[in-house]
Amino acid sequence: MPRSNRSREAGVNSSSMADIAFLLLIFFLVTTTIASDKGIPMVLPPKSDQQDEIKLKDKNIFKVLINSKDQLLVEGEPMDLDDIRANCKVFLDNRGKNPSSSESPQKAVVSIKADRGTTYEVYLEVLDEVTAAYNELRAEYLGITLEQYLQLDMKVPKQKAAYTAARREFPLQISEAEPTNIGG
Amino acid sequence: MSAHKFKKKTSASQEIPTSALPDIIFMLLFFFMVTTVMRENTLKVEQRIPPATQLKKIERKSLVTYMYVGKPLDHLKAKFGSEPLIQVNDVFIGTEEIVQFVEEERGKLDEVERDQMIISLKVDKETKMGIIGDIKQQLREANARLLNYSSRLPLAD
Repeated sequence: MPRSNRSREAGVNSSSMADIAFLLLIFFLVTTTIASDKGIPMVLPPKSDQQDEIKLKDKNIFKVLINSKDQLLVEGEPMDLDDIRANCKVFLDNRGKNPSSSESPQKAVVSIKADRGTTYEVYLEVLDEVTAAYNELRAEYLGITLEQYLQLDMKVPKQKAAYTAARREFPLQISEAEPTNIGG
Repeated sequence: MSAHKFKKKTSASQEIPTSALPDIIFMLLFFFMVTTVMRENTLKVEQRIPPATQLKKIERKSLVTYMYVGKPLDHLKAKFGSEPLIQVNDVFIGTEEIVQFVEEERGKLDEVERDQMIISLKVDKETKMGIIGDIKQQLREANARLLNYSSRLPLAD
């Protein structure tokens, strides 16, 4: 009796294998978050006691103040968020044309000062706009569009060289003052 | 005549061989298994990260340490209040503990990479800059000066 049993086909039924694999696949599809870690990089100044006071000419500083009501004061005048980029570009690329503006892109510094009550959202937008001004100038310098500039791949030597050249021409110099606590 | 010929052709097997299907699915499965990173810590703070356009990708993820800043989630408000807090790993820390935390995290890196450590701040959009300023001061104290304001591209509208 057992013999006759064994003589039958002894294969494992594998037709449901695909279904099982599908279930697992769907589980991983759902749980996967393709890791994309992007952001706006920033380098903080060294500890305050190590820092030497650097004297800068007033005209080489582009001052952006944000108060606790998220209003902007740029170079002493109220301004909309959308106008920062254009103004910042004019300031950075002035090269001494306007005697009361920056002398050269290398000397120009953008100073962003927020209040303790400023919301992070507005601050990040200002930072984004200023970075955009730099990036647009760099892209123009390289003769490419802003999108192309942002796509530059540091692993390709030629593209890295272009990036380094643009960075030398327009070094990102954003100074972040410590938040004040004046309310306002 | 021609109809007859046509009929003959259709008599050929029309089934698609499905024996390779599990293999294909398994390949996909392995791809997703390998790329999946399970979320390491449960968020305890609100995280509505404001969008930005000028983003840079972090090339080396192993150097990154995350700090989450925001108001505690609703079910934790009774215990921790509704003021923005800093969450690292699975716990809340005060600003005075940041230096110690950074040193601990730095110790986990290879010696040659310790000065390249990146702190990625994931900040809720309604957070005030006061606490961010405090964090930055502490990070300067800890000499962890590479900062990254984590963000994403704005959704197309």
